[in-house]
Amino acid sequence: MESGFGSDFGSDFGSGGGGGGKLDPGLIMEQVKVQIAVANAQELLQRMTDKCFRKCIGKPGGSLDNSEQKCIAMCMDRYMDSWNTVSRAYNSRLQRERANM
Amino acid sequence: MEAPGGGGLGGADPQLQRFIEVETQKQRFQQLVHQMTELCWEKCMDKPGPKLDSRAETCFVNCVERFIDTSQFILNRLEQTQKSKSAFSESLSD
Repeated sequence: MESGFGSDFGSDFGSGGGGGGKLDPGLIMEQVKVQIAVANAQELLQRMTDKCFRKCIGKPGGSLDNSEQKCIAMCMDRYMDSWNTVSRAYNSRLQRERANM
Repeated sequence: MEAPGGGGLGGADPQLQRFIEVETQKQRFQQLVHQMTELCWEKCMDKPGPKLDSRAETCFVNCVERFIDTSQFILNRLEQTQKSKSAFSESLSD
């Protein structure tokens, strides 16, 4: 992933400073965006796991039985639904606040 | 706005500056959504079903609104409490 990618960027985009070892801000920004997206996904997964474990696992047995697995699957979907609902509601509120300013 | 800056004021690339501002803002939003989802889940979700029913959905929406209200209330009241202690707030503002 590294080799081909890096050299293309160096010749096409780094025109401002001229060749050499100049850091390309476009590439940095893309990498940062990816890292942020990964971090958000990890955060979501961590919280989802916590919540669904609490909801679906009673007394921990020797393995996850069928009902527990079904519960976890549903819980995951509901958590995503909830996340999206919260995101929309928060966005609406922010827009309303901005409109009132 | 395409000039990839080298020097400039204090060496700060304006394109990167803007990028950082925007991404920081986005992250603040994301973090709050994570936090509110977690809090509101506790208040609004009983047993996870095959879909999010309308009662739960309404609860989530209300929860978000009330959370923001709470946050604003706290800030406002704190500001008022600071103002009433005039000698105290004078030394704070300088």
